[in-house]
Amino acid sequence: MTQSLNKSSRKVLAVASGGGHWEQMMLLRPVLDQYDVSFATTEADVATQHGITSVDTLPDCNQNQPIKSLLCGFMAARLVIKHRPHIVLSTGAAPGFFCLMAGRLIGAKTLWIDSVANGEQLSMCGKLSKRFAHQCLTQWPELADDKSVKYRGAVL
Amino acid sequence: MILVTVGMQLGFDRLIRAMDQLAPTLDKEIIAQTGRGDYQPRNMTAREKISPSEFEGLVQKCDLIVSHAGIGTVLTAQRFSTPIVLFPRRLDHGEHRNDHQVATVRNLEGRSGLLVAFEEEDLARTIALGLEMSKAQPALSPTAKQLHEAIARFIEGGEL
Repeated sequence: MTQSLNKSSRKVLAVASGGGHWEQMMLLRPVLDQYDVSFATTEADVATQHGITSVDTLPDCNQNQPIKSLLCGFMAARLVIKHRPHIVLSTGAAPGFFCLMAGRLIGAKTLWIDSVANGEQLSMCGKLSKRFAHQCLTQWPELADDKSVKYRGAVL
Repeated sequence: MILVTVGMQLGFDRLIRAMDQLAPTLDKEIIAQTGRGDYQPRNMTAREKISPSEFEGLVQKCDLIVSHAGIGTVLTAQRFSTPIVLFPRRLDHGEHRNDHQVATVRNLEGRSGLLVAFEEEDLARTIALGLEMSKAQPALSPTAKQLHEAIARFIEGGEL
């Protein structure tokens, strides 16, 4: 018989850049804390503010910083290899996207949750996630097509 | 206790003055983070800045937040299920570079635990409503509950 999936045995890597992305991730803690979750962010300080003592940090980067992005991609790969999560999810921004991509390479299921701040259109990484993540969520019903972008509620 | 905040970047005298005038009528201690405003409050505790960690402690402790429409404060209030009254900065009063705070409150209005006052005259009534909102009300809005359930499904089975 297959072993039933014990809830807490699911390893989750949750990645969010400091600021609004991180605040949104923190709003998801009631659900994330039920699993074996590890957090990663761009500023360790924002984690201690929320009582998270062990957090991995990634360099911040964006689409206009190719060198930093390369470094961040490398660090994301290292992080994913360290944790070997079943699930990688991110509320943004680019560093989280890199972790999703690295997660795919080791067979993790990946989820992009586009920031609630993007009410007009998906973020750049959100658009990429439509193709490259297993699932992509928007927090605005108007932006969902229910195929590549789904709406399943919002952090607020 | 009522926590008043205008954020870190700009002063917001119209809100601070209105709250200072209301303070004697409210049977609550009021702590105001005023930023770099000119108006000196007389009826409430005023501080230009409050550190993020102390601010979080106050958000957790207070009965109600009265705030400019800054998304950071909205998210923090949400996290601690503290009711919040938003009073948007306005371009026509020179309180911000554009009217995005008015747009923000129009988008957020109607969410649980969140009230909006557009004018100074609306503040007293809105604050009374906010104080009535019990902290015991369900911490999660229906949309947040929906998102949490979808994420749990994804973590356990890979589908939303």
